[in-house]
Amino acid sequence: MASDLKILTADKVKEGDVVPPLSVNVSATTVVLGALASRDWRPMHHDRDFATNQGVRDIFLNTPNQAAWFERYLTDWSGPLGRVGRMKFKMRKSVCPGDAMVFNAVVKKTETDDVGCCWAELDVNLTVNDETVTACSVRIAIPANERDNPWERRGENWKP
Amino acid sequence: MVELSELPEEVRSWIGKTLDEDHGEFEIEQGYIATSCSSVQNGNPLFWDREAAQSITHGPIAPPTMLSVWLRPHHWAPGRTEERLPLELHFKLKKKLDLPEAIIASNELSFGEPVRPGDKLRNQQTLRSISDPKTNKLGTGRFWVIDVEYFNQRDEWVGTDSYNCFAYRRN
Repeated sequence: MASDLKILTADKVKEGDVVPPLSVNVSATTVVLGALASRDWRPMHHDRDFATNQGVRDIFLNTPNQAAWFERYLTDWSGPLGRVGRMKFKMRKSVCPGDAMVFNAVVKKTETDDVGCCWAELDVNLTVNDETVTACSVRIAIPANERDNPWERRGENWKP
Repeated sequence: MVELSELPEEVRSWIGKTLDEDHGEFEIEQGYIATSCSSVQNGNPLFWDREAAQSITHGPIAPPTMLSVWLRPHHWAPGRTEERLPLELHFKLKKKLDLPEAIIASNELSFGEPVRPGDKLRNQQTLRSISDPKTNKLGTGRFWVIDVEYFNQRDEWVGTDSYNCFAYRRN
């Protein structure tokens, strides 16, 4: 394994740990790029007139692109050996151009499952102007030590 | 107009059943993986550094959250006379229940075998539940949950994407 890779191991993760926040200024390009990168051609993600006629204040980030932001945010923290097993999120308000979105996360629980995989469960908040616009929970596998690799787990040994 | 208070028997019979199966229109490809990572500034070396990907995942993989991307149809294709929609079951329900508007209220994803360049995916859509009629600030309609399970060309489970949707008529 390349020696310069960031490796976060389970012994360094505990309940209450805070993930460094990530701030992103959202532009129309952010929204359109995210929609096209996720092959979402629906007009509310690229056509402002269409969006406002639907009662939304502007074009807005689509669902799969929000998932991609959450994944990126957490694997920045975990390093490439972190393997997301499960993600659930609820979108309360739209994220539009001009918004400054901020990601925050805290470790709610750590555990080792019955096949020896170490997990961290995190609550992740996507906020705009200090208001939660999307609330997310993520279960991510973290290597037990520097020799462990959650990506090697398959079949019965992978329980997301 | 379909009476909202009564769930048509045909729709009731769909609950718990796998109703639609779809196949990806193209093989998983590295260029689209880079486009997706670029859109969220994801510098994870698994997706950019072949040596890192080889040592950790035995070769390149796609970000797990790209699951739904691979089954979204092209906006246009030769010979196609009607737009093809992803999540076909959702649109079928909207039509049957005469609910023109819809939002995705929440989304749950779980991930299995990694998706790799060259893979070809298929999915199957199952209607897990439909609520009784509900009224909120958007309008009056019903919630439903659709589970979309994804498999690769070896029939290995690669993930499940569950959508909790609210489809409605504006008040």
